[in-house]
Amino acid sequence: MSEARIVDARGSFCPGPLMELIAAMKAASVGDELEVLSTDRGSAEDIPEWIKKVGHTMVSSSEEGGVYHLRVRKAK
Amino acid sequence: MKRILIVGGGTGGTILANNLARRLRQEIDSARVSVTMLSASARHMYQPGLLYVAFGKMPASDLYADEKALLDPSIHFHVDPAESFDLDHNEVKAKSGKAYGYDYLAICTGSRPVLAAVPGLMENAHHVYTEEAATKTAEALRTFQGGRIAIVTGVPHKCPMVPLELTFMMYDYFKDRELLDKVSFTYTYPIGRIHSLENVAKWAAPEFDRMGVRYETLFNAKEVDGVKKRVHSEEGSVVEFDLLITVPPHKGMEVLEQNKLGTSGWIPTNRATLAMEGRDNVFVLGDTTNLPISKAGSTAHYEAEVLGENLARLATLGGAMRSYEGKVFCFIEAGKDRATYASFDYKNPPQPQPPSRAIHWFKLAYNRLYWNSVRGLL
Repeated sequence: MSEARIVDARGSFCPGPLMELIAAMKAASVGDELEVLSTDRGSAEDIPEWIKKVGHTMVSSSEEGGVYHLRVRKAK
Repeated sequence: MKRILIVGGGTGGTILANNLARRLRQEIDSARVSVTMLSASARHMYQPGLLYVAFGKMPASDLYADEKALLDPSIHFHVDPAESFDLDHNEVKAKSGKAYGYDYLAICTGSRPVLAAVPGLMENAHHVYTEEAATKTAEALRTFQGGRIAIVTGVPHKCPMVPLELTFMMYDYFKDRELLDKVSFTYTYPIGRIHSLENVAKWAAPEFDRMGVRYETLFNAKEVDGVKKRVHSEEGSVVEFDLLITVPPHKGMEVLEQNKLGTSGWIPTNRATLAMEGRDNVFVLGDTTNLPISKAGSTAHYEAEVLGENLARLATLGGAMRSYEGKVFCFIEAGKDRATYASFDYKNPPQPQPPSRAIHWFKLAYNRLYWNSVRGLL
């Protein structure tokens, strides 16, 4: 698995993690993978929806010890 | 003498100062405690009134009062904006060049709209976050004869209910002008529902459906094309407009960023004690915190009451006792003559009730009562 850039949004509440991902996506190149770390459940639901709307790729999603790991790939 | 320094003369700072003056009357009279406030302005603005200015329901002159007249006479008030913070040496330097020392510091400098965050927004959108902008919005609404209205919101922003209130109030305004058949509304919101508070979103969505307001969620404005009258989103969608109303994204004050007190001017703050993270004699109030709660006057009000009690104890007996529990109360204007409210804290989400005329009239009364509220009389 290639290395993903970590967007550490733990402790930030909705809409903070999504906003941090949007900013990170702007700076990323097509094909780059980013992994958002979030402790906010609402954001864990919003981020896959946002990825789908924009047309990027949701690579994986998991939760461990109250931390959501959302791995995404910039597709365009 | 214990010196308490308050930086910021808005809702939070004024309530805190008057609360301290009341609690520490004897200590202040006997020169054992002093309370000093630094503000950027001699005038205090009732910011929620801007919404009413935009609809011609309040003259702009009603927005203001003289800050010194709102403060207890024992408070040392200076119109001298803070410029540098030396927290290691308990000192704030202000624009005049004077250094103000303190034993306890409260920072409550508020927030500011940043329209420049979205190219084209400043040139093409109306908003209600300054007197000038609200006055221009009133003129834009008054002269609008029909077309596409887009309401575009950025986050974070001051006053959580404004996007909804603007939409409800515009709907009633154009209904009264018998223009509804010539007006369409498109409401956008950055996250996956139409309001950041889930229960408020659940209440408002059926209202929008009833009114025929179209809404698009997960819409983060990227740029505004003023020639083609289009708002492009980060998500790739486009909203067209003839009249663009925005609730712009906000930041904390620039001076806090310059002093590296917090990213985007939001100071990392303990949610219970309101102490700045890593400091035990610096406290933060209102919009200035990085807390995930509403940036609203009522937040600052409830925080100021808790901090007033704690600072008074710290300055005299030596130990804080109260925790801020996240209490917020926001009115929600649901049109020209109906309103509801959202009351919530860290543990209990809001449960908006059906709007009523009584709550609307209570809100209008509060617009006047505010001045007694910041004086500490209410």
